[in-house]
Amino acid sequence: MYRSQKLSLRYFTAAIVLFGVMILFGLLSALYYLYPSMLFNVFNFSTSKILHIDTLVIWLLMAFMGAVYWYLPKELGHEVVGMRLAEITFWVFCAVVAVVALVFVFVQYGSANEFTLWFINQGRKYVEAPRWATIGVVAVMLVFAYNVIGTAVKARRMTGIMWVLVLDLIPLLIVYLDAFPAPTNMSVDLYWWWWLVHMWVESTWEVLIGCVMALVLMDVMGTSRRIVEAWLYIEVMLVLGAGILGLGHHYFWIGTPRYWLGIGGFFSALEPLPLLGMVIHSIYDAGMHRMKTANRPAFYWITAEAFGNFIGAGVWGFMMTLPQINLFSHGTQWTVSHGHFAFYGAYVCGVLAVFYVAKQKTAGTEFLDGRAWKWSFGLFNFGMIGMVMGLLIAGMAQAFYGRAIGGSTLMAFTQASENPWFIAGMYARMGFGVIFALGYVVLVYDLLTAPRRVPAPQTPMEPA
Amino acid sequence: MKVEGATTHEGRAGLDMTDPRFWRAGAISTTLVMLVVLAFLSVDSMRVISVGGAHVPRYDVVNRHIGYQYDWSRREDVPVIGAPEPLFGRTLTEAQATALVREGKLVIQSRACMDCHTFFGNGAYYGPDLTKSWLDPAWPQIWMPMTGKPTREEAMVAFLMNPDQYPTWTRAMPNLHLTEREARATVAYLKWMSAVDTNGFPANFGKTQTQQ
Ligand code: HEC
Ligand code: HEM
Ligand code: HEM
Ligand SMILES: [Fe+2]
Repeated sequence: MYRSQKLSLRYFTAAIVLFGVMILFGLLSALYYLYPSMLFNVFNFSTSKILHIDTLVIWLLMAFMGAVYWYLPKELGHEVVGMRLAEITFWVFCAVVAVVALVFVFVQYGSANEFTLWFINQGRKYVEAPRWATIGVVAVMLVFAYNVIGTAVKARRMTGIMWVLVLDLIPLLIVYLDAFPAPTNMSVDLYWWWWLVHMWVESTWEVLIGCVMALVLMDVMGTSRRIVEAWLYIEVMLVLGAGILGLGHHYFWIGTPRYWLGIGGFFSALEPLPLLGMVIHSIYDAGMHRMKTANRPAFYWITAEAFGNFIGAGVWGFMMTLPQINLFSHGTQWTVSHGHFAFYGAYVCGVLAVFYVAKQKTAGTEFLDGRAWKWSFGLFNFGMIGMVMGLLIAGMAQAFYGRAIGGSTLMAFTQASENPWFIAGMYARMGFGVIFALGYVVLVYDLLTAPRRVPAPQTPMEPA
Repeated sequence: MKVEGATTHEGRAGLDMTDPRFWRAGAISTTLVMLVVLAFLSVDSMRVISVGGAHVPRYDVVNRHIGYQYDWSRREDVPVIGAPEPLFGRTLTEAQATALVREGKLVIQSRACMDCHTFFGNGAYYGPDLTKSWLDPAWPQIWMPMTGKPTREEAMVAFLMNPDQYPTWTRAMPNLHLTEREARATVAYLKWMSAVDTNGFPANFGKTQTQQ
């Protein structure tokens, strides 16, 4: 095992721990909707939700970095350069996250001054972490970029997948710089804030997960590099071709010019295409190899990723991406339904596949299967689908009663929130959220226990 | 340009569609074209949304009356900036208004209002959207009587300083310990924001007389 792969395992562990923290705060946030007087004036919904979504961003970033540290030496046949620095950076990263979390929990918010922005809370969704911590994360990512690029230079070798990955790191880092400014003008603030949020989840991360998926497919199915690379380029072309101007679906109502309604609606409506492409790709590959795989959990999770990405991001996103619908669905639990489904389908499923690839390697088995992973796979998917269905119904009630009929005033908001469909949706989210959390418990159990020796399937794997 | 591979289909017109290089060229050129277009659109958008641009008023708009009315030619609701109506009865210079609204933004960020509320529909969904909060009928109908304040802005200050004392329903807003100065700045921010032209979002605001 390469030294950087040991670091990967550390990143994966940290990611899984934070995944657990995230689920806990997700459950707590959902509980406020049912018991609004809970912890009132003591620990606010806002703080709980910040911890939920900020840990989301961080644990996925950690998992992505772990995945890259895992595959980089394998792809280039060369140990990653600057490993000492990378190992130190890991602990710095963990320390930054811990300090920020403690400040959020115990301080929560500050007064209206720059000190608060630097040391307590920036109050911008997903990037609430104070500026000092943001600088810390940028430093971590710079070291990471140095590791990746330095290794490529040293190895004097680059594969197509690695090229895509390296080039993708540049915009990923650049838009993160958006986490610093605090313009007075809300329109300008949101304009650039969406460059960060949309360009991450619908462009750069999507490309990153495309690379990871390509690597996993070669690993667990032995798909040929040529096919995987051709698909990857097609995906990149379509993801960026539609996703860059698809950014416009966030520019309908923030003060921006009217032409964004047409441009944003049109290009974002094309965004599901590459995601459909990935589904076809995975079915094609699975068919080509007659579903033969050396790692069943990883194969199932990567397949779930393809479908989840298409349905959660593509279909759920498409539902509300046309301005005529978005005028009413905008900023309701409908958005939350899509947010959960998309993040889960596109990224959580993908990194879970990588965790199982790593598990197979550390366990040293030729063939990975078992029983526990099936339970966690089932509970996760069942829980998530139940949650997003509940949220969709709640969101539609809000769009209809709160926005279209009620006109979005406080009174309309209140009435929509007291609508039986809305309340049913909130209970469904809570119940299915608990099922989702059980899936997590089984996942951790499964990853921690050594695999039973399962006989490999009759037909041997063809070499990669 | 045929490279050996598992399954090759011959592409049309001499192009080998299974050759990764074909798609690589496509990916690079598409991305560059889209980025250039986005750059131009962003420059133009900044012109429209910077303060004093076509859609975003200067901060001293807080000295004026602000309405939100259906425009038949645009077929949507648009903000209407009307006669003088100074905030807290005091007309501010542009510099004073700018400083006040700036402070309001700092209040909004420091308390993370956006992690409960939405602004222009962006943020979190625990509390109501604040885009047109300044114009919300709840101020005259509920909170002015409840706080005993004679004007909308004073009722807003009273509410923002002690929201836990003036709940309208079970899901109340917690006390975030705004000082009076901070609460006034926040009200100025909300008033300015309600004058931004948002292409008709939210639709039908305050048109329906709903009752509890
Ligand atoms: C913990 C969640 C939470 C946070 C944080 C929060 N609010 Fe609220 N806010 C609410 C809730 C819930 C209501 C509805 C209260 C009611 O009707 O009794 C509300 C109501 C309001 C209203 C009245 C809305 C209207 O249009 O009638 C305004 C204005 C407001 N909040 C402003 C703010 C500002 C400014 C901040 C930040 C300084 C903030 N809120 C932070 C939850 C929150
Ligand atoms: C992996 C890909 C995707 C992820 C992770 C994702 C995630 C999200 C999240 C979290 C939000 C809420 C943002 C917020 O306000 O906090 C959001 C909003 C939105 N997404 Fe996606 N999304 C993805 C892909 C797509 C696609 C492909 C489409 C369109 C086809 C789409 C359409 C939208 C729209 C229209 C909104 C705005 C919702 C509103 O008006 O409130 N998304 N997305
Ligand atoms: C136990 C399961 C979970 C529960 C109960 C839960 C609950 C919540 C709640 C209550 C919110 C606040 C929404 C609001 O403002 O009204 C939220 C936001 C969010 N959660 Fe979760 N969550 C869970 C799991 C997840 C998972 C697994 C992911 C990612 C894969 C995720 C991603 C998000 C995102 C992106 C947001 C912000 C989206 C938005 O506001 O539109 N959550 N969640
Ligand atoms: Fe988007």
